[in-house]
Amino acid sequence: MWANRGERILFRDRLPSAVRILNQGVTYAMPEPSVAIRLRGLTRRFGDVVAVNGVDLDVLDGEFLTLLGPSGSGKTTVLRMIAGFERPDDGTIELAGVDVTRVPPYARDVNTVFQDYALFPHMTVQKNIEYGLKVKKVPSAERKARALAALESVRLGAYGDRSPSQLSGGQRQRVALARALVNRPKVLLLDEPLGALDLKLREQMQVELKEIQREVGITFVFVTHDQDEALTMSDRIAVFNEGGIAQLGTPTDVYEHPATAFVAGFVGTSNLLEGVAAEAVLGRPGTWSVRPEKIRVVGVDAVPNDGEHAVRGTVREVVYVGMSTRFVVDLAVGGSLMAVQQNSEMSTDLGHLRGQQVQLVWDARHEYKVAD
Amino acid sequence: MTTTTATPRGFGYRHPRLRLAGLLSAPMAWLVVVYLGSLAALFLTAFWTVDDFTGQLVKTFTMKNFQQVFTNPAYLGSMLRTVSIALLVTLFCLVLALPLAFFMARVARTSWRPLLIAMVLTPLWASYLVKVYAWRAMLQPETGVLAWFLDPLGLSSPGYGYLGIVITLTYLWLPYMILPIYAGLTRLPDSMLDASSDLGAKGGRTFRSVVMPIIFPSIVAGSIFTFSLSLGDYITAQIVGGKVTMLGNIVQTTYVTNLPFAAAVATIPVVIVLLYLLAVRRSGALDNL
Repeated sequence: MWANRGERILFRDRLPSAVRILNQGVTYAMPEPSVAIRLRGLTRRFGDVVAVNGVDLDVLDGEFLTLLGPSGSGKTTVLRMIAGFERPDDGTIELAGVDVTRVPPYARDVNTVFQDYALFPHMTVQKNIEYGLKVKKVPSAERKARALAALESVRLGAYGDRSPSQLSGGQRQRVALARALVNRPKVLLLDEPLGALDLKLREQMQVELKEIQREVGITFVFVTHDQDEALTMSDRIAVFNEGGIAQLGTPTDVYEHPATAFVAGFVGTSNLLEGVAAEAVLGRPGTWSVRPEKIRVVGVDAVPNDGEHAVRGTVREVVYVGMSTRFVVDLAVGGSLMAVQQNSEMSTDLGHLRGQQVQLVWDARHEYKVAD
Repeated sequence: MTTTTATPRGFGYRHPRLRLAGLLSAPMAWLVVVYLGSLAALFLTAFWTVDDFTGQLVKTFTMKNFQQVFTNPAYLGSMLRTVSIALLVTLFCLVLALPLAFFMARVARTSWRPLLIAMVLTPLWASYLVKVYAWRAMLQPETGVLAWFLDPLGLSSPGYGYLGIVITLTYLWLPYMILPIYAGLTRLPDSMLDASSDLGAKGGRTFRSVVMPIIFPSIVAGSIFTFSLSLGDYITAQIVGGKVTMLGNIVQTTYVTNLPFAAAVATIPVVIVLLYLLAVRRSGALDNL
């Protein structure tokens, strides 16, 4: 995408088909996809606080992997250790099979897009993008051509002479992206790059980022605390909690089969049946999760089909959210569940259901046991 | 039904011009009358002369004083020496302040910063004269502290003179260079250094291409202090300068007998500092202050 069409095809061809396989959740007897980043027992302490605790992770070549978690969960520290800004106290980091644990950032074949963009204020946009190439002593003519191509690829071709202070947040974000990608790194690290943008721009940039990643075929490691962002863009998601990985899987895996109550709550709405309620409704002990959109709200006298579970309750809250309506229902057996209904047919106000007795029904296949 | 009235506001709110006058009249009076007024008087006097016989002021316009300064080799030499001392002091302060400020702002723990700043500022609490006399004792040939340290190395103390003045002034004005650079470095985001390193630059390259250009305005601010303070100094030259004289010494020795000539000499550092500020402004270093 940077220089000409020929090169673009070349990038695509180098891309292992691992990505597509992962997306479809199908495993053929394909050759093992090569590992771009291998983390083993990665640990980082700040004083008494263990920020990252023995993380093992393989990031595959060409994949879009998201580190998702609340602030303080260690995701950014992992990213900074991959970039080389932080030294791990324990564990190893391999890039393309080479141990780089003790290699300084300037000697690693990775580039970073920073949360605050970190554009150099004393350089023009063009000079910012050329910086990495200049440091590596790329001849001036090639440097200019590549920087211009990078600028055009983020649709800022006419902005080369501007100063970063003259750009909007979204434009700065794209300059930061171009500045990193122009070096053609093996891995691109993105530290909450969309955090400072407003919702519309963020959604637009999500699509663009994903497109660019597909086009250049570079491995992306993306840090965010926004679950929608993670679900939309990623090939795989590593959900972080308290310095460790709570679950690693495709967006579908993580959303439909949350491994722990934390993941169920952090990715999507926490909708748990536990203890007495689980015994009463499902006839099984433990903690179970049902996603709100899998639950139908029906009248008390409706009869559930085969293979469906039903529970009675009182509607506590009805919230109209445009596309859908959210119900919070207090169960007769204790606890509460949330149900979401598309407003495809019911365009009338459902507020009158507040305080009414209803029945919640869902397919038993949509229940998942989560670790307590 | 009662009529609603606007909430009563303060006098200053209803009379914004008067409020502005109240805010600025005292500083403006100081600046215009006391400061600019005395500067204007100095300029004016520089173009007068003193009658050689009567010792009376002759208030007629003449360039004689300036001609004398720029043609007499002794005065000309003193002027060039003063400028070179000021430049050297600025350079030495910069070389010492940069690593120290960098350590304070980016290497040392955040909790140590107040202590480090206090240590930099402490010398400013001591009297100027005490510090210069301390350096007189330090610089004393053969028996001074410096001589005592340098003797075993086969070196001798620089003694009183040009180098003594430069060393003492560098000591005196160093905090004025450290503080602006320190402030500039604390404002520099960590991510800026990370980004440079991430793009392949080693420490030295990052320092040259990223840190220096960004803190350049801070360096200029510091250099304005060290340069202009050195340019106007005469007491240090008197105490540790030996036979070396600076422009200030000429003013001091001539102002009783020939006030217009002293005024002409005193005008020179003012003009040099103004030229320096103009040059700095043209470099764009003041744009972001």
